Amino acid sequence: MKPLLDVQNLSVSFDTYAGEVKATQNVSFQVFPGEAIGIVGESGCGKSVTAHSIMQLIAIPPGRYSTGKILFAGDDLLTKTEDDMANIRGNDIGMIFQDPMTSLNPVLTVGMQISESLVRHQQMNQEEAHERTVELLHLVGIPFPEQRINHYPHQFSGGMRQRVMIAIALACSPKLLIADEPTTALDVTMQAQILDLMKDLQSQFNTAIILISHDLGVIATLCSRVIVMYAGKIAEEGKAQDIFHHPQHPYTWGLLQSVPRMDATEREKLRTIEGNPPDLLHFPVGCPFHPRCSYAMKICTQRYPDKTMAGDGHSVHCWLQHPQAPKPQKEVW
Amino acid sequence: MGEQPMIEVRNLKKYFTTRRDFFGRPTAYLKAVDNVSFSIAKGETLGLVGESGCGKSTTGRTMIHLYQPTAGEVLLNGKVVDGKKDKKQLCREMQMIFQDPYASLNPRMMVGDIIGEPLAIHHLASASERTERIVSLLQMVGLNPEHANRFPHEFSGGQRQRIGIARALAVNPSFIICDEPISALDVSIQAQVVNLLEDLQDKLGLTYLFIAHDLAMVKHISSRVAVMYLGKIIELATADELYRHPQHPYTQALLSAIPIPDPDVMANRQRIHLTGDVVSLGNSSVGCAFRTRCHCAMPLCSEMEPVLLDGGAKHMVACHLVQKK
Repeated sequence: MKPLLDVQNLSVSFDTYAGEVKATQNVSFQVFPGEAIGIVGESGCGKSVTAHSIMQLIAIPPGRYSTGKILFAGDDLLTKTEDDMANIRGNDIGMIFQDPMTSLNPVLTVGMQISESLVRHQQMNQEEAHERTVELLHLVGIPFPEQRINHYPHQFSGGMRQRVMIAIALACSPKLLIADEPTTALDVTMQAQILDLMKDLQSQFNTAIILISHDLGVIATLCSRVIVMYAGKIAEEGKAQDIFHHPQHPYTWGLLQSVPRMDATEREKLRTIEGNPPDLLHFPVGCPFHPRCSYAMKICTQRYPDKTMAGDGHSVHCWLQHPQAPKPQKEVW
Repeated sequence: MGEQPMIEVRNLKKYFTTRRDFFGRPTAYLKAVDNVSFSIAKGETLGLVGESGCGKSTTGRTMIHLYQPTAGEVLLNGKVVDGKKDKKQLCREMQMIFQDPYASLNPRMMVGDIIGEPLAIHHLASASERTERIVSLLQMVGLNPEHANRFPHEFSGGQRQRIGIARALAVNPSFIICDEPISALDVSIQAQVVNLLEDLQDKLGLTYLFIAHDLAMVKHISSRVAVMYLGKIIELATADELYRHPQHPYTQALLSAIPIPDPDVMANRQRIHLTGDVVSLGNSSVGCAFRTRCHCAMPLCSEMEPVLLDGGAKHMVACHLVQKK
């Protein structure tokens, strides 16, 4: 099967007064039609920059694509003109932003904001667009869509606004939906509803989804494949089962162990990852995780580990995978 | 009850006026906290959970008299606290850690001054002792003594939260209200701060009220948990009991909505769906506030408001369905 999205060696840098910030370095991954993949990592690890570069929403300057290609259905998005991108955004690729409070236009009714892309991309007239907008609002579970279409964003609650965002993203039935922390601002009950909705849409319209989150539980709910990012690089990638049950990278171990499990029976102390994520201005030599890694060896401070395969479709960047590396003492996972 | 509780809250109410008539008399209220009662024993952690807007932060803020309570009282070691008269005394016993480590530290003050300010206000240390005390506080929360001469913007979120904790500890309080102390932090940093809070509790014998919406973390840190819905406590039990045998339909729905980081568990999980709209926190509410979203609402629920009753084993629930059984 041909991938819908193929990101190859993407590196994005920002030039600041203090120097070059390498937001992502050599990020490569593929998304197949109808698949949901999750990108996890802490803030500043480059997950949002990756998403925004697919949509070409990085401001240039200060941003700069130093290397790489982003192939969407075979075309490199990085070589497209602004006009071409405007035809792709919202049409072929939809995006849900993190904060529903600030990403809607407060002076336009939600109906106008949803139908905008229908008129622009699908050449619908006002009546058709109106009809389809009502349909979309109904689809995302907003009660009384005929009346709600004329309301302004401030008349909606947080969860409802996020639904409006989803309706905008889905208006033109995109092939790819990028959801950048879609539920971070919401309560757990609303979060569960939004995730259910995205799951339904995935199965109904065969939409591919890139879900970006720092919440491992959210990722486990929706995604079949998971990418773990650390300091702008991919640390580990694999099927959800592999990442959650047989993680190989010490950072993934740390992430999984630092969240208390709701279904835990005993109360034990949380394991932490000591220290803080690295400063991307002063990027550590070698593996960026080594200052916080309890398994760090001499080689980790000198060279960045190559990609090794730990299983079918399960790749890891870690020196512990090297045949000569000592195996971790106890079975950590 | 053998031992006197450290903190006791009796029928606490906080109404915010939303509308006034021509003469400035209040005509409409928002009942943010409505008749809340609970007690916390010494050395215990009570978790307070609920959706945003349910009044959990307001409860904490009213307890420490950041808001003047509309009615009800707070007892500290058996003595009624008067917010106006004993505010200073109250602040020596009760301190608060705030949600946003970026907004709760004065950007123009050095860390040493931020931590030393409570000492100055309460005349707890002379100038020379103060420096010593600041150093020991910084070390206690895992920061370096030289950090005292830096400004808050030089620190990361987790470090700032540690500064907030050090400031709260400066006056040697016995009770600390933690108002969502970890929700603004990264996952790996959250665990660090929670472990620090637990260590400090062991070392200093602190009592916590831990307010959060992350139910998994609340389960981890609390000995007892109270669930709030629209200004009222609807269920209160020990953490294990509450998570194992939730009785109130709202608690059940809330627990079933939490995603678990395990794809196999998530694939086989049954969720209770909450439908319907939240009723407003206005004046006219008869009956159970949750009935509009409840999947097992009965006619009785819209006629009479359920009260929080002990259903045995110190498991308190406010629900007609449970109490009928």
